[in-house]
Amino acid sequence: MGIKELLIVLISAALVNNVVLSQFLGLCPFLGVSKKTSTAAGMGGAVVFVITVASALTSLIYKFLEFLDITYMKTIVFIIVIAALVQFIEMFLKKYSPSLYSALGVYLPLITTNCAVLGVSITNVQKGNNFVTSVAYGFSTAVGFLIAIVIMAGVRERIEHNKITKSFQGSPITLITAGLMSIAFMGFAGLL
Amino acid sequence: MNKCLERVYNGLIKENPTFVLMLGMCPTLAVTTSAINGAGMGLTTTVVLIMSNMLISMLRKVIPDKVRMPAFIVVVASFVTIVELLLKAYIPALNDSLGIYIPLIVVNCIILGRAESYASKNPVLPSIFDGIGMGLGFTFGLTCIGAFRELLGAGTIFGINVAPGWYEPMGIFVLAPGAFFVLAMLTALQNKLKLKSATNVPEKSDIACGGNCASCTGSTCAENHAVLDERKKAEAIAAAQVKAAAAKKAAEAANTENK
Repeated sequence: MGIKELLIVLISAALVNNVVLSQFLGLCPFLGVSKKTSTAAGMGGAVVFVITVASALTSLIYKFLEFLDITYMKTIVFIIVIAALVQFIEMFLKKYSPSLYSALGVYLPLITTNCAVLGVSITNVQKGNNFVTSVAYGFSTAVGFLIAIVIMAGVRERIEHNKITKSFQGSPITLITAGLMSIAFMGFAGLL
Repeated sequence: MNKCLERVYNGLIKENPTFVLMLGMCPTLAVTTSAINGAGMGLTTTVVLIMSNMLISMLRKVIPDKVRMPAFIVVVASFVTIVELLLKAYIPALNDSLGIYIPLIVVNCIILGRAESYASKNPVLPSIFDGIGMGLGFTFGLTCIGAFRELLGAGTIFGINVAPGWYEPMGIFVLAPGAFFVLAMLTALQNKLKLKSATNVPEKSDIACGGNCASCTGSTCAENHAVLDERKKAEAIAAAQVKAAAAKKAAEAANTENK
């Protein structure tokens, strides 16, 4: 596995196939927690942390499932592992890194039901990625989420001061913004 | 029997998961590139929803309250695995076109939401019908959005060409941005016509979700923490002021008594 392949995985997962804007995973936090840039960055940071750890862990566990020849159990095992992992990370941070906990703590419990985490683990399995590629893919997907949610929050902070037709206020204008961002991100397809 | 029919009506019309509750947005946007995909996803979710509602309702007195969420997740994940294997065996074409979104039914908030708010509190038969109603409502919503996107983006519905010859299909509507635009138009229309929906609650309070717990999908509450903290602080200050005033009064009273 060369540096070049890893770089391609990184760019394609973070920009070209952005997790929110082209795969529609993790939409709930993307639309729900993007009102302020600071909270959006906090949520994005927590997602990067959890997805990277989760993709490493599920990649190892899948090896074990393959060894036992029960790969059809992957959905059940992965969701339990992710839920337990999030709980564990929360307790660990609370005890050993209170500053990080105060920055990410609120967002951690919400990530269990974030479909991006399970989505990344299952995509890794379906693509047959090895351990290093899995971690790289998980990390870059999460960075893609971070980029998208921070840009979205920035745009929404600006939108607040504009006059918008009454029926488009609230979620319609947010969705249109997301659509325009999605078109912009389609432009990255030329990169690879 | 009346109660069962009422549940079906409730799921299909009154609390339609797609149009009114606005739940399960990830699959709604992702798989509605055509009407047939939308219908397939909807029916797959319906099967999982009916089975999980039934089992959770049966087990509602066995599952301890503290571990109910993990227990629900295991039940749902098991049924999703069963349905995934069945699809792989009997309808491989649908399995290929829905791909990763089938295992992701596990984290669809409609299913856990119904388990938590209905099946874990009600007898088996109404729970099954609740699953049927909600599932068919979801299927109806996905098929409508899918048909609309397919019509605009490719000029077909269920693969049958219905557009007149002069119509130039707008390809963007079957791509990712089109999903956002269609949903934006739908919510704008609901706002305009003042239809009952989770997205057009009057936002009187600063709380991110407008304080409507029916529409809460979880992640909005992170935003609310800041607002609630501020409120708590203001309340604490007010309480401290009241306390200080009371202390002052008491001190004055003591003073006058001394004199």
